[in-house]
Amino acid sequence: MVALADDEVLNATFAALADPTRRAILGRLASGEASVSELAEPFAMSQPAISKHLKVLERAGLVSRGQDAQRRPRRLEGKPLAEATKWLERYRQFWEGNYQRLDALLEEMKGKQTKRGSTKR
Amino acid sequence: MKNVGRLQVSTPSDTEIAMTRVFDAPSSMVFDAWTKPELLTRWLGVRGGWTFAICQVDLRVGGSYRFVWRGPGGAEMGMGGVYREVVRPDRLVATEKFDESWYEGEALDTTTFVEHDGKTTATATVRYASQQVRDAVLKSPMERGVAESYDKLDEVLASAPVRSGK
Repeated sequence: MVALADDEVLNATFAALADPTRRAILGRLASGEASVSELAEPFAMSQPAISKHLKVLERAGLVSRGQDAQRRPRRLEGKPLAEATKWLERYRQFWEGNYQRLDALLEEMKGKQTKRGSTKR
Repeated sequence: MKNVGRLQVSTPSDTEIAMTRVFDAPSSMVFDAWTKPELLTRWLGVRGGWTFAICQVDLRVGGSYRFVWRGPGGAEMGMGGVYREVVRPDRLVATEKFDESWYEGEALDTTTFVEHDGKTTATATVRYASQQVRDAVLKSPMERGVAESYDKLDEVLASAPVRSGK
């Protein structure tokens, strides 16, 4: 797969994950495959509405269709999710480094303030 | 203890990245560390041989800020923007643009500082011009060495043409 296609996959993944209903659907599929009607059950939503969300998830490669032609169960595809998580994790690590240095600085600032007693800036 | 030290990163909408972190200090102190050059230069992006070359802050609505970091081999990275809201110690809103930007247009940074029991929850939300831009920023760490783990950055700089101020 070329880099551009990877980019498009990642964009689709993040877009798919931005919606709470779609995240809930993924959560449900994480515990096993389910048909559209089974997926619609816990939500106060029509099957067409759920199908629309499923289409977005399928386009992002997060959900695929199982073998059973009757039920057409949907199942979770972990790989794009893992990719998106990886990018977020790198971003998180950079900022965690910044914030750990800030923790140390704040401790120092608090120490100085205590030493000065009641004198406030 | 209210999750002190635990950083949460999320994508609350198509165009945003949000980070939440609790600091064990009052909000006035955290706000100052976020806005005073002599304090900013102690923590923001200074690692792996990178230090501030320029850190200018004109902390008022309409005032601008300018940050330039210098790293190994004389590489430089600059960014800046304009303050839109300055409410010490609760809230800071500013535009953000990198000199050699890998994304289109300006981003808008909104940071809130909420103090509770002497601890401060800082939530920084960056809103980008589009989803493509936001995702490019999330991906940028690897490709541009901006927000990456700095161990990798040295390799990137060694293998890429160095952008030097000289």
